[in-house]
Amino acid sequence: MTPVLNVQGMVKRFGGLLATDHVDLTVKPGEIHALIGPNGAGKTTLISQLMGELRQNEGTIELDGVPITTLPTARRVSMGLARTFQITCLLPDYTVLDNVAIAVQVRQGHSFRFWGNVRHEHQLGESARGFLDAAGLGDRAGELVANLSHGEQKQLELAVALATKPRLLLLDEPMAGLGHVESQQMIEMLRGLRSQVSMLLVEHDMEAVFALADRISVLVYGRIIATGTVDEIRDNPEVRTAYLGEGDELC
Amino acid sequence: MPMEKSLKRPALLAGVLIALIALPAVADATGYAALTSLATRVLIYGIAAASLNFVLGYGGMVSFGHAAFFGIGGYVVGILYQHYSLGEPLFGFIPGTNQLLITIPVALVISGLMAALIGALSLRTGGVQFIMITLAFAQMLFFLFVSLKTYGGDDGLIIRRANELPGLNMRDKQTVYYVCLTVTVAFFFVLWRIVNSRFGNVIVGLRQSEKRMAAIGLPAYRYKLMAFVISGMGCGLAGALMANFLRYASPDMIHWTKSGELMVMVILGGVGTLFGPLLGAAVFIVLESILASWTENWQLGLGLILLFVVLYTQGGVQGLGTRLFGRRA
Repeated sequence: MTPVLNVQGMVKRFGGLLATDHVDLTVKPGEIHALIGPNGAGKTTLISQLMGELRQNEGTIELDGVPITTLPTARRVSMGLARTFQITCLLPDYTVLDNVAIAVQVRQGHSFRFWGNVRHEHQLGESARGFLDAAGLGDRAGELVANLSHGEQKQLELAVALATKPRLLLLDEPMAGLGHVESQQMIEMLRGLRSQVSMLLVEHDMEAVFALADRISVLVYGRIIATGTVDEIRDNPEVRTAYLGEGDELC
Repeated sequence: MPMEKSLKRPALLAGVLIALIALPAVADATGYAALTSLATRVLIYGIAAASLNFVLGYGGMVSFGHAAFFGIGGYVVGILYQHYSLGEPLFGFIPGTNQLLITIPVALVISGLMAALIGALSLRTGGVQFIMITLAFAQMLFFLFVSLKTYGGDDGLIIRRANELPGLNMRDKQTVYYVCLTVTVAFFFVLWRIVNSRFGNVIVGLRQSEKRMAAIGLPAYRYKLMAFVISGMGCGLAGALMANFLRYASPDMIHWTKSGELMVMVILGGVGTLFGPLLGAAVFIVLESILASWTENWQLGLGLILLFVVLYTQGGVQGLGTRLFGRRA
């Protein structure tokens, strides 16, 4: 079976620093593949390269078997790649509904339409409302993003990403900064999504990772030191030293 | 509240429009005939400032070179008129003309093409570099026209008679005013549609977060370029009208201080609002006239007022009005 995401030999250097060190990574259809690692391991850098926001120095990326290594971000998104941001990145002057509707609009094709009023297009609003309801933000549709709580912004990040109808979702610490109850809700939501979309989940919250992941890869200093099932990773001595609390560095 | 807003705004606009239509008659009756000329300049600068505001306020692209397109619009009218009056075609095959219905579309096309060229290069940068590159292109054009002796060089190009419009006497100041008013109304109608369209939606989105727009799959460059072209065309339109009104086109129209003035109008009126720049143009030109009659150093007074507006109004004159009268204009 062709993996949804297939990364081979990816390298990223910042001057003398090797931020991504020959990374091989696959995400299978329907899989949640978690990527864990201590702070500064290069997880967000990796996501940026997958999205095309940063260009890697070496290596290839395939989405559903199609090479996307040199494609710009917009093309990758239209082919089914979407991400959420660790530090939420939304349109602050727009309402919650506008934020999702604009993602639906961009997915529908080019925006060189100069005449009709976009806020009178019912199908955009309807479609956006569907994604909001699914994310549990239905009753906040008219609120400005600037007025949302941190947890709600994280939910909205997810709703916007889903509105692009992705094949693969790159989640950059979706639980970061969430309280226990909100984390549980997020876990439930992601679990509910696994039938629709494959995920690469970067997360520090081990409870969430162990609850969701089919496979886990451990990234340390830009290098993947182990990949395996939840149990294999939990018992891997190297991982325990590097990451899971027996080393100096805590998550 | 939305109900109230939806009724208030068209009522306010209709009121302003009626006042503008009645203005020349009132000006004549009260003996302030100069008011009509003043209002014509406000309308023309209002178009230019609103065009700049489309990229600056809505799109977040701070262009410091929009006078270039204003000047190009003016020179299109001036150069076509010169070739018309001398009877010799431009480049040997393009005949000159004094018909407004031809010069305005030509001004739109040429300023649009120049905006495409300048925008295509400038938009590869962002932030401060973008400001500096747009400024540099405008100054290049400024010095080009200063050195073009064929078209008056430093002294500019005198247009002996305003362009003709079939059935109208364009030598009459009031007629010119009404022509400008008609164009202004049409311009703002089109701008209003664009701002609220799908295209406007992504432009406003790009101002808020380019990173977010990329993440939902928007190829930003082509949209920013199109916005820049539309904005340049608007300024070209204003320049063409100004050349007809003043019967004069000069390198001053392109000088960076003119770009600055347009920017001041936008800031005075309200960045990122539809009618704010028109309001800003009105405030700027009225202040200029009043302060200049008091002192030669009128810019000092204007500077202080601008300082006040920026520090305290949070959204220009329009924002101030909104808060004073509780009106969402």
